Amino acid sequence: MAALTDLTIAEAQAGLEKGEFSSKEITKAHISAIEEARELNAYVTETPERALADAEASDKRRAAGDVGALDGLPIAIKDLFCTKGVQSTASSHMLEGFVPPYESTVSGKLVDAGMVMLGKTNLDEFAMGSSNETSYFGPVINPWKRNSDDQPLVPGGSSGGSAAAVAARLCLAATGTDTGGSIRQPASFCGIVGMKPTYGRCSRWGIVAFASSLDQAGPMTRTVRDAAIMLQSMVGFDPKDTTSAEVPVPDFQAVLGQDIKGLKIGIPSEYRVEGTDPEILALWDQGIKWLEDAGAEAVEVSLPRTKYALPAYYIIAPAEASSNLARYDGMRYGLREDGDSLAEVYENTRAAGFGNEVRRRILMGTYVLSAGYYDAYYIKAQKVRKLIADEFSAAFEAVDAILTPAVPSAAFAHKEKSDDLLGMYLNDVMTVPASLAGLPGISVPAGLSSDGLPLGLQLITKAFDEETLFRVADVLEQSAGFTAQPGQKG
Amino acid sequence: MTEKNMIAGRTGDWEVVIGLEVHAQVISEAKLFSGADTSFGAEPNEQVSLVDAAMPGMLPVINKKAIEQAVRTGLGIKAQINRFSVFDRKNYFYPDLPQGYQISQFSDPIVGTGEIIIDMEDGESRTVGITRIHLEQDAGKSVHDMDPSSTYVDLNRSGVALMEIVSEPDLRSADEAAAYLTKLRAIVRYLGTCDGNMEQGSMRCDANVSVRKLGDELGTRCEIKNVNSIRFAAQAIEYEARRQIEVIEDGGTIEQQTRLFDSNKGVTRSMRSKEEAHDYRYFPDPDLLPVNLSEDFVEEIRRSLPELPDDKKQRFVDDLGLSGYDADVLVAERATAEYFEQAADGQDAKTVANWVTSDLFGYLNKEGLEITESPVAAGQLGALVGLISDGTISGRIARDVFAEMCATSKDPADVVEEKGLKQVSDTGELETIVDEAIAKGTAQVEQYKSGNEKIIGWFVGQVMQATKGQANPQMVNEILRKKLSE
Repeated sequence: MAALTDLTIAEAQAGLEKGEFSSKEITKAHISAIEEARELNAYVTETPERALADAEASDKRRAAGDVGALDGLPIAIKDLFCTKGVQSTASSHMLEGFVPPYESTVSGKLVDAGMVMLGKTNLDEFAMGSSNETSYFGPVINPWKRNSDDQPLVPGGSSGGSAAAVAARLCLAATGTDTGGSIRQPASFCGIVGMKPTYGRCSRWGIVAFASSLDQAGPMTRTVRDAAIMLQSMVGFDPKDTTSAEVPVPDFQAVLGQDIKGLKIGIPSEYRVEGTDPEILALWDQGIKWLEDAGAEAVEVSLPRTKYALPAYYIIAPAEASSNLARYDGMRYGLREDGDSLAEVYENTRAAGFGNEVRRRILMGTYVLSAGYYDAYYIKAQKVRKLIADEFSAAFEAVDAILTPAVPSAAFAHKEKSDDLLGMYLNDVMTVPASLAGLPGISVPAGLSSDGLPLGLQLITKAFDEETLFRVADVLEQSAGFTAQPGQKG
Repeated sequence: MTEKNMIAGRTGDWEVVIGLEVHAQVISEAKLFSGADTSFGAEPNEQVSLVDAAMPGMLPVINKKAIEQAVRTGLGIKAQINRFSVFDRKNYFYPDLPQGYQISQFSDPIVGTGEIIIDMEDGESRTVGITRIHLEQDAGKSVHDMDPSSTYVDLNRSGVALMEIVSEPDLRSADEAAAYLTKLRAIVRYLGTCDGNMEQGSMRCDANVSVRKLGDELGTRCEIKNVNSIRFAAQAIEYEARRQIEVIEDGGTIEQQTRLFDSNKGVTRSMRSKEEAHDYRYFPDPDLLPVNLSEDFVEEIRRSLPELPDDKKQRFVDDLGLSGYDADVLVAERATAEYFEQAADGQDAKTVANWVTSDLFGYLNKEGLEITESPVAAGQLGALVGLISDGTISGRIARDVFAEMCATSKDPADVVEEKGLKQVSDTGELETIVDEAIAKGTAQVEQYKSGNEKIIGWFVGQVMQATKGQANPQMVNEILRKKLSE
């Protein structure tokens, strides 16, 4: 039998059911793995005692024959989710030591499903970043290394801790959140499956807000099936979040294993973005071929406004963030730095509490919303957003899913792009359009670069069609047969 | 001579132009975006939810009742109801604003243009345009006087639903502004959408005031913030108008400013100038979807509207035969109108109106009581008028009975019974008493016969004295005239 930490969710469920091991055993294996891999800095807060208590409770439930969908499975929670009684920091000094008296809806659903919580994973501060280097608690190290050198690589971001933890076997699965690519890009960098559901599938209640109109929780797992299993326990209308959708929830696993004969797969040429690694373009072509071999039909689609997505995103997301982060003022919770006047308390608190990237985005957001600039930036960006959504809708008249690369490059080294802001922002170029349109997307590990790093392909479907997304992703995963594992594991 | 509504200055007459923004707390059971309680008088920070305190990850959920109440208010002022409206964020930092933004409605308010008819003391009416009504959250309260070096914050009001009711700059005097506020308060009270209690802060008013020479362009305005009584609003406007006239006549110019009214000194003071004005960076709140109202939703509210003061007044005049003045007085407050209608049920409406506006109001004013606190219930006052109408007591005796009712809250019939105040209407008995009076007043009989008909009063007086005022005055007169003419 494989090591307990190497199991997929599906395998672990089967093993627990058959009594091959207990939740306590699989939990302990993960706790040890976490301890051994601390240099990855994947977790901000480890909760081993809570995990063992969760596991024991799960084993009792199992003995009594009363188990939930994820009962006894060791899972990590991105530290952007508020967790009752457990420090929730958003990887910011501002919220260091903040212990919420409430549980986010999504993490609460996972608790109800019986998960064992291993801890809270590291992320870019307030989910702002694509490399996990903006975390106040230090960068996360990607468990993968390139063949050519031994430099530590970034895991991507913002859900870098979750991606690294899943890849390095420090949890069976983890939650992520995706605003412009924060699940899909790190999934690609770390060789795992990262899935962003349709905006509104998951409740945002209790997730520290970055950009409210874009933020969406999703699963980060090692297989497509695991993503489907985990998503099932995360979704659903929440009366506490009026942007969550009151739509029927299908059985996401039901479509797995179905063939894709006759499905039309859209290939948008606009994703051949300048500067994209030729290896990635080659992998994309390979992906098209795999799907064709499986009976699907590849169809050229045109999404000409794609190039405007990134600029629009970097107006809308910071605008919302500048307002969402106004509540961190030192008055009620979190960091407070005193001063001689009210203005000084604000200035000192926010200067000390926010890192550079967060401050940069607050400034950009404040600027684009200010009098005289609002129409030129914010309103125009919203118009672009609408056009991009319309373009996708038109494309989905003709195709069932769209296949693109997930990222323009493989994982890069720490500090490699720290001074190249635009280069850093370009990481989201493939993922941002679907975010703006609120569409579901998934990154599936599809191959290795010549330097030995994982690369993902992205699938996008129309809103609330996660079934087609999983169905095609499943076939893509089978075809790719990606079995490589990172060198550094717990 | 200075024209009506104009203020005389050294350089001529000035017209005052006033627009009012009224913040009315919505009767909505809970806050605008959280389920927290909103009742008055709780201890500080007892009515604060996680949402009101802006904890990380908390989201607003619109209170449907507040939407309904805003629509009801809109319909009550005959306004356009916007079936599509949007909540925006108004961004600024202040300790009593936990989110760092107020959720309000900026470009797409829930209610569009409407009107309010104001009734002036001289009986004239004017129509004042309403620009819009929008919904917004209240902020918390900063408490500066508990500690010399610290400010305390009470978040009980944070998130409470307010309607901001914005008038056109149609008002031309402090009196008109006061009449507008009075009428608006009456309307929201009739509608049950705001309790209108200004002293408790449920209704507050910002006044935009400017002055100009008649026919000139609008002058630069100053905004007086947060006035919390109708009387203060009138005082503040009057002061501010005269201040502006003085500045201009002294050769100065008016600077656009936000000002505060000091009710102790009766003056307005500068709070901040336009240069210090905030850039609120309004944008649609991404946590809230736009509000889409169905036609059925609006129509259902329309069907459930109560009769409002203007219609009620018309009915009192047309159907009950009241004077316009009495009708105005009676409909001014919902509670008064309800009292009157209950008292007048089955009774002579004009008589009841007289009793309410003179005797009852007189007593309540003297005792400093609201009509809802009246010791005489509406039904009891109606019964008293009934006793007059059916001849059981005279109008004069009724006043004694009323005084006793005020003191004891007893039913008028019981007071009459206990005190033996029943009117003497027995013809035989009255004739005997009249005969006695005539026998006593031979000189007065002579005067009457020689044409001094007024002397009949002397005989009435005699009869009333003999009956302790309980003789039926109409019958006494008839019997006297008959006997004296014999």
